[in-house]
Amino acid sequence: MSVLDSKIPEGPRAEKWTRHKGNIKLVAPHNKRKLDILVVGTGLAGASAAASLAELGYNVKTFTFHDSPRRAHSIAAQGGINAAKNYRNDGDSVHRLFYDTIKGGDFRAREANVHRLAEVSGNIIDQCVAQGVPFAREYGGLLTTRSFGGTQVSRTLYARGQTGQQLLLGAYSALNKGIHSGQIKSYTKTELLDVVVIDGVCRGIVVRDLVTGKLESHFGHAVLLCTGGYGNAYYLSTNAKNSNVTAAWRAHKRGAFFANPSFVQVHPTCIPVSGDYQSKLTLMSESLRNDGRVWVPKTPGDKRHPNQIPEEERDYYLERIYPAFGNLVPRDVASRNAKYQCDEGKGVGESGLAVYLDFRDAIKHFGRPTIEARYGNLFDMYKKITDEDPYEVPMRIYPAVHYTMGGLWVDYNLMTTIPGLFALGEANFSDHGANRLGASALMQGLADGYFVIPYTIGEYLAGISFTKTPTDHPAFKTVETEANQRLERLLSIKGSLTVDEIHRRSGKILWDNCGITRNKADLAKALDEYRAMRELFWKEVNIQGSSQDLNQSLEKANRLADFLELGELMIQDALHREESCGCHLREEYMSPEGEAVRNDDAFCYAAAWEHKADGGWNLHKEHLKFENVKLVQRSYK
Amino acid sequence: MSANYINITVEVWRQPGDKAQGRFETYSLQNISTHMSFLEMLDVLNEQLQKEGKEPVAFDHDCREGICGSCGMYINGRAHGPQELTTACQLHMRTFQDGEHIVVEPWRARAFPVLKDLVVDRGAFDRIQQAGGFVSIDTGSAPDANEIPIPKPISDYAFEAAACIGCGACVAACKNASAMLFVSAKVSHLALLPQGQVEKRERVKAMVAQMDAEGFGNCSNTGACEAECPKGISLSNIARMNREYLSAKLSQKQYDK
Ligand SMILES: Cc1cc2nc3c(=O)[nH]c(=O)nc-3n(C[C@H](O)[C@H](O)[C@H](O)COP(=O)(O)OP(=O)(O)OC[C@H]3O[C@@H](n4cnc5c(N)ncnc54)[C@H](O)[C@@H]3O)c2cc1C
Ligand code: SF4
Ligand code: FES
Repeated sequence: MSVLDSKIPEGPRAEKWTRHKGNIKLVAPHNKRKLDILVVGTGLAGASAAASLAELGYNVKTFTFHDSPRRAHSIAAQGGINAAKNYRNDGDSVHRLFYDTIKGGDFRAREANVHRLAEVSGNIIDQCVAQGVPFAREYGGLLTTRSFGGTQVSRTLYARGQTGQQLLLGAYSALNKGIHSGQIKSYTKTELLDVVVIDGVCRGIVVRDLVTGKLESHFGHAVLLCTGGYGNAYYLSTNAKNSNVTAAWRAHKRGAFFANPSFVQVHPTCIPVSGDYQSKLTLMSESLRNDGRVWVPKTPGDKRHPNQIPEEERDYYLERIYPAFGNLVPRDVASRNAKYQCDEGKGVGESGLAVYLDFRDAIKHFGRPTIEARYGNLFDMYKKITDEDPYEVPMRIYPAVHYTMGGLWVDYNLMTTIPGLFALGEANFSDHGANRLGASALMQGLADGYFVIPYTIGEYLAGISFTKTPTDHPAFKTVETEANQRLERLLSIKGSLTVDEIHRRSGKILWDNCGITRNKADLAKALDEYRAMRELFWKEVNIQGSSQDLNQSLEKANRLADFLELGELMIQDALHREESCGCHLREEYMSPEGEAVRNDDAFCYAAAWEHKADGGWNLHKEHLKFENVKLVQRSYK
Repeated sequence: MSANYINITVEVWRQPGDKAQGRFETYSLQNISTHMSFLEMLDVLNEQLQKEGKEPVAFDHDCREGICGSCGMYINGRAHGPQELTTACQLHMRTFQDGEHIVVEPWRARAFPVLKDLVVDRGAFDRIQQAGGFVSIDTGSAPDANEIPIPKPISDYAFEAAACIGCGACVAACKNASAMLFVSAKVSHLALLPQGQVEKRERVKAMVAQMDAEGFGNCSNTGACEAECPKGISLSNIARMNREYLSAKLSQKQYDK
């Protein structure tokens, strides 16, 4: 018997959410005033949740390590947000969005959650427009949409290349409304260091004021972790530099199960690494593949300038291998094939770790003004970073870590395995299975915050006592002491390596062995190397300064300490899953044509890992059931 | 294009804490690839400092893609450095010459106190937004998104105003440390849209009052803010805000009668 209770409501899939909303326990308005909710993270998930819960009358506190809630990593999302509005009359529907998301996730997501996501997707757009989010419009004044990878309808709304920014500013304004009314108190430059669990129930958090270094405890009847993804475990990723796993990992160590940690999406079109000093990778929108053609020289080691390589000596490998989808194959397929080409020595650029994305033919066909109108700002950005003009020379691109589908395991109500502790947005595991479709993360973050948690949190809060635990309770003091000891221990090591030196190395172990493709032998080897890296960290890290003031190296070290534990679980998870699914490509489990092969008999489950007190993990399986959905093998040939 | 390598000296403002005295320190850096971003150059400097047992330079940054608005510093006397329409994180070392001396300072404005080295407290910007930079619509009460058509040009103007990243360069660049460009961008964004109409008078008054309370200076129309804004936020927003403010004040008089 599994200890996991996903609390999926009874009834047909399409009626579950409506029925559940009708049955959820309610908290009376005068009682909401007696309940304190702590929201950690102010990205799309956190800001939308905080604002909506405050409107309902709960007392909300928000926490972010940024100097303003508006700077959360969500701000960087470019492409757009999906919604089943069917504004195009092209046959879109809640069912289609549901099905695309489930299929895109390679049948490793919980279908009840995904259906709910599709159901509320339209409300999100209504809400955002009412807040003043300036989505792109047609000349007639109505909203316009674009199409995105993996779907046959046009359902993605966008605000130029800055959709995340505009959505976050909308959610931030809703948050500000709550702060203005006094219902929300906002803590900025304040980082969660640990969660406080008393008698198996989450009762609060310990945070550090990043300016003064002071530790402080906060009580909450419920705690919401909206702390984003963990792609920076790889050091290099498209994530913002400060994105980290600490909140989720601390919760995991205190009893929250961590699901599918090895499900990591690698985005195929990023600007390649240019040198050892590289600090992060920049995404170039996927939309470029609509007009750009991907190629490498046919001969390995061909170092000629791309414009001097004649047509017959170029291999447009995606068009060759996947004639039906060509350059528009899904993200994982494109990433994998770029890696294969480079492994064969056909990679281009100084490092040999890049492929070309060429607009020559599109410019010839449509004319430069059309291409400029479509991609002008992306071309400018590329030029700013690389000093090369993509109108004249093909772009160089390479895959990079982008999004983590794995995260804290949550039930249908978004509650983790610790009662009172919830996880929203990229921090949870629930909706994207083994692969996320473009423009679905923004949708999920806002769905969780605006339209799911305001209902589902009632189920928990209606059943608990309103008493508050004072923060001088020994449980808070113990967690504070532990957090403080860890910081002091880090400072006392005074070894010979900087935090970044170790992070680069540990990240590379993950990238080389638990990245675009994986296999048993490499994963097993990586496990040893990775553990050694963690030991090295605790012996050799060197941090200047003290814990009593603003100390960015200490912040980074404290986050890396958690990444170095998470990474081991990522490798374990990748090792245990002896199938290929979505972004998890195990080289042993491929078809003769080189495609991913799932094993639905053995692995149709979400792997939820429980941390054991004596180290190591127990695996719990949430078996996934599908109602009238055929588990097809994906094929893009 | 293949990289060149340059040697530079950087003179950086070091200030241990908000109440401490600050001073410039000069460091030399060898073999800096011209492909590096400016912040990557600071990373290299910080690695070097730590190897020498010194505290690294504190600076705010996050997305390194010019969108979060975290990074902000004066580089050779200009907010975000010499390149137009470019944040410090998007500035590359190819903008600089071999042997160049680069001076790096925090934003300097009364309303943005220095917290450490290049990190300043921009909380005042949040408080201005909290005073009224929103539409009072509760979750779940919105009509269908297409119920109110908005002419594309209006929507585009609103977008352009909403593109402000809240970095504070406009304040730092202004000799009066005025926040007019930032505040007017937010006011314009909502004032232009039908959704923002109902509260537009209260909004502009509340935001301007908070701006004044935070100690930002007056606008004397020098245009330095627009010139240094990495997102090209237009001065015309200030004119629009002034009109909005005036009309809000006038209509208040009418109600007062
Ligand atoms: C370059 C890029 C482009 C993207 N484009 C798209 C797109 O077009 N469409 C799409 O759907 N998705 C896109 N995504 C994915 C999407 O942006 C993210 O998945 C999503 O925004 C995550 O939102 P979130 O609210 O869960 O977390 P985040 O926005 O990451 O917010 C996390 C919050 O938690 C806080 N936090 C974290 N840890 C702590 C701690 N210990 N203490 C205190 N605070 C903490 C942070 O300060 C922050 O406020 C993109 C991602 C990237 C990297
Ligand atoms: S108006 Fe420009 S300079 Fe001022 S905060 Fe906004 S983006 Fe920065
Ligand atoms: S670091 Fe985000 S704008 Fe520069």
